[in-house]
Amino acid sequence: MSTIPKELRYSKDHEWINVVEGNIGLCGITFHAQQLLTDIVFVELPEMGLTVEAGERVAVVESVKAVSDVFSPVGGKILEVNNALEDEPALINTDPYEGGWIYKIGMDNPEDLEALMTASAYEKFITTGK
Amino acid sequence: MIRTIFDLSSDEFTPERMPSVSATENEIPDEYLNREIDLPSVGEADVVRHYTKLSTMNFGVDSGMYPLGSCTMKYNPKINERVASRDGFTQAHPLAGDDSVQGSLRVMYQLGEYLSTITGMCQFSLQPAAGAHGELTGVMMIKKYFENRGERRSVILIPDTAHGTNPASVAICGYEVKQVPSTLDGDVDIDALQDLCDESVAAMMLTCPNTLGLFDRNTVKISEILHAKGALYYCDGANLNALLGRTRIADLGFDLMHVNLHKTFATPHGGGGPGSGPVGVTEKLERFLPVPVIRRDGEKYFMEYNRSDSIGRVHSFYGNFLVMVKAYAYILSLGKQGMAEVSGHAVLNAHYLSALLRTSFNLPINRGCMHEFVLNDDNLPNGVTTNDIAKRILDYGYHSPTIYFPLLIHGAIMIEPTETENKRSLDEFIAAMKMIREEINTSPDIVKTAPHNTPVKRVDAVLAARKPVLREPSLGKK
Amino acid sequence: MSYISNTESDVRKMLGVIGADSIDDLFADIPPEARLHEPLSLPDALSEIETDTLLKKIANSNNALLPFAGGGSYCHYIPAAVDQLSSRSEFYTAYTPYQPEVSQGTLNAIYEYQTMICRLTGMDVANASMYDGATACVESVLMSVRMSGKNRIIVSDTVHPNYREVLRTYGWAAGLEIEETESSDGKTGVSDITQRINDNVGTVVIQSPNFFGIIEDIKKIAGCTKEHSVHLVVVVTEAMSLGLLKSPGECGADIVCGEGQSFGNYQGFGGPGLGILAAKETFLRRMPGRLVGKTVDAEDNTAFCLTIQTREQHIRRENATSNICSNEGLCALRAAIYLSLKGKNLRGIAELNHRLTCYMKNKLVENGIDPVFSHPFFNEILINCADADRIIGSMRAEGYLFGIDISRWYPKYKDCVLLCATECVTTEEIDQMISTFIRVRGS
Repeated sequence: MSTIPKELRYSKDHEWINVVEGNIGLCGITFHAQQLLTDIVFVELPEMGLTVEAGERVAVVESVKAVSDVFSPVGGKILEVNNALEDEPALINTDPYEGGWIYKIGMDNPEDLEALMTASAYEKFITTGK
Repeated sequence: MIRTIFDLSSDEFTPERMPSVSATENEIPDEYLNREIDLPSVGEADVVRHYTKLSTMNFGVDSGMYPLGSCTMKYNPKINERVASRDGFTQAHPLAGDDSVQGSLRVMYQLGEYLSTITGMCQFSLQPAAGAHGELTGVMMIKKYFENRGERRSVILIPDTAHGTNPASVAICGYEVKQVPSTLDGDVDIDALQDLCDESVAAMMLTCPNTLGLFDRNTVKISEILHAKGALYYCDGANLNALLGRTRIADLGFDLMHVNLHKTFATPHGGGGPGSGPVGVTEKLERFLPVPVIRRDGEKYFMEYNRSDSIGRVHSFYGNFLVMVKAYAYILSLGKQGMAEVSGHAVLNAHYLSALLRTSFNLPINRGCMHEFVLNDDNLPNGVTTNDIAKRILDYGYHSPTIYFPLLIHGAIMIEPTETENKRSLDEFIAAMKMIREEINTSPDIVKTAPHNTPVKRVDAVLAARKPVLREPSLGKK
Repeated sequence: MSYISNTESDVRKMLGVIGADSIDDLFADIPPEARLHEPLSLPDALSEIETDTLLKKIANSNNALLPFAGGGSYCHYIPAAVDQLSSRSEFYTAYTPYQPEVSQGTLNAIYEYQTMICRLTGMDVANASMYDGATACVESVLMSVRMSGKNRIIVSDTVHPNYREVLRTYGWAAGLEIEETESSDGKTGVSDITQRINDNVGTVVIQSPNFFGIIEDIKKIAGCTKEHSVHLVVVVTEAMSLGLLKSPGECGADIVCGEGQSFGNYQGFGGPGLGILAAKETFLRRMPGRLVGKTVDAEDNTAFCLTIQTREQHIRRENATSNICSNEGLCALRAAIYLSLKGKNLRGIAELNHRLTCYMKNKLVENGIDPVFSHPFFNEILINCADADRIIGSMRAEGYLFGIDISRWYPKYKDCVLLCATECVTTEEIDQMISTFIRVRGS
């Protein structure tokens, strides 16, 4: 498993989005993010049907020693949330890009994706901070 | 083997004999009554054994050195326990009327006076039950002060090194928290503060000495910047131990502060309280203090309620009185001579430890410390973390220092010996720390899997947070 | 005595290692204009014997009175074992159990305390304590407001006046709208609450037994709050009542808070108290204060630790559920020990409290003094008493704490005294108190 899958887009707050079909994107936090947080103990999932703007807080991820807000990389409406995280928050640690997905969003404006980083830009960002 | 009291409960319950009350029925209708209560049935001898055994699994200041930075874990004098256990104090009813409780009022009045003398503040309220409670009370007074002046100020400035209770207290009062960065040297960044300080700022909160154990060299300059914009200057007095008898907080430009009786004034920590966080103010904030205020008229003491500008009450009665008695006795024991001795030896001990430990661990800020100092995890080999070191220290018979605070320093280890340690105990602690450093270099696994000599081994906090079990389920119920 | 044991030669050696000439040099960062050059004007240090003698004298200047007053602070018998066990220095000189491996004593006891509080209040989760009943009440309201997003609350005027005052103070600071009901006849009217509920209201606060000692109809009120999807907070200032009365949880409360002093803690002129905060499962992640959880250690043995700490101030900071740090740990330990010693006998003690109060009430009625209200009560009653101020003063001179004059909070109950009887008084003492009262009243 690559720690920075090539087909995804990334935000400066370490969220990823995977456009699965049309305007629908699957979202979560990156391998790097879960590594910083260490063992995740609780996920406060987004509200179903909530409409959010790009950069708005949608979820909260808690580890033993830290709490991290999760911001939506794009604007849109929350279509689905990953209920499996209620019983198994550790999925974000073990499988951050697939089993550990947090929510599905119907994008308002696909142009929001342009503002996000590609895989190689994100890699540069986490190694150099730029 | 860890057990709870419920594991010791028998199924059969033998009721204790109660005095009978002649010819008197229970007058409560059945619908309000419970049928039985779900508490364990354990004989007194078993209860005593159980809690005695539990106490042996605990580590207190009386057990050994407890260098928790920011907590001032000094020795708790036993005379203070004795005086606070006198019937006159323990059995005093808070609503008995001033005439019946002159002893209590005298203690509170005089303690307030002594705290004012020590800090240079004009008046104290002893109502807040803990430091954080004191902070909140202080922020409320700040709010009332500006409300009274008809000024709308929405921001409170807090350094990035602040204790978490500072922003939490501020947020409750609806203020916006703006963080002020610190320089690499550990002082507040004065230029950044100048930029942030405008007429929307109500106040700045500063721990003095700060949470890195340093006396901020801009302490007085900050007061000038704030006062020039009409803002107030709050001192988080958690670290007052370093300054007793050396300077007065009010003389540094602060307008209000809280003190922690369970830190500086030697009242015991109790495993998480009770503490006491009196809040002191300069004259301009005096009328906003919580009610009642204890006043004196000749030899008589009384409670004053008629204060129209007061923020109101913050406690059901007058604060943690029995804790105040202990602090009062402590101040009497120190007297005028003792104050500077306390701060002198607190700072001496910290300097000594810092000088000898910096060869074993990284000292991120190399500047004269006060009563505590911060080491950190820079350059630690073999993947050993600050947490591992804290756990290994337990094996050597010490309590760990404060870890991962302040957040500004990566992997911080904050050490505060206090004045009640002596050179011998410090030398022993240093020797232990040097051995741990040796282990980190040559046999890191023993550190990474510590502790080994404690009543339980490393506790799984992740499981506790993932699957919280916060009470013992009842038998035979859901 | 400053409890310092460094010798002069220690100091010399340490200064040598540090590279300083004197201790004073170590304070160079303090601006010279703010340095003190003389000792503070405090009294000379007292020796231990002088301290003891002085404090004994001061303590004795508090009147020792036979207690017939409650009002949020209750005289209950504390078994000797409570003092002995909580005086073990491993308990009382310990800090907050942040290093669980050396704090299993504290953690185990607090876990037991949490469990017992849940059982007595009928709730799912209880925290490790708040400062006192009033701040527990405030934190309950803030928790409810956080959940509901609605900042208007209804409080019964039969809730302890000091608690309502603390609520008003915090409410002003935090931007809450507080509306009080107007009770008549000493009890909270259900319709009084219903007519005040609107879309902005998320929380209703009542107390039972209320400030007048009267048992409220929690079930009826809960029926109404549930219907309007509003949280019901029930305050308990006399924890002993939980020994006899149906738990507020069983009656429909969402949050139960109050004062635990009655469980093994001194009255102590009102502090330290023991703030109880317990709630239904849904409130778990919004719960302020510390929580102890059961887990295992690296060898799979049972162990306890503080948990869900990420909500707390030291991590969440301005987004924390509360700012509380130190709480009332030793008081919670004493409560756990007390409840372990009494166990199911708590019910017997609670019933004794009630019967003694009934005995007192009946004796007063025999002597022509009627209670103001006729509703069921636990261990406090309000009686008519003309010239209450003078009577209370005279009774004090006779050695009695003759109740509380409540007129300063309830002007319409002028010349009424709130009396209390607990297991700390006998029927003989009640008889003597009443005959003294009759005599004092007559003169």
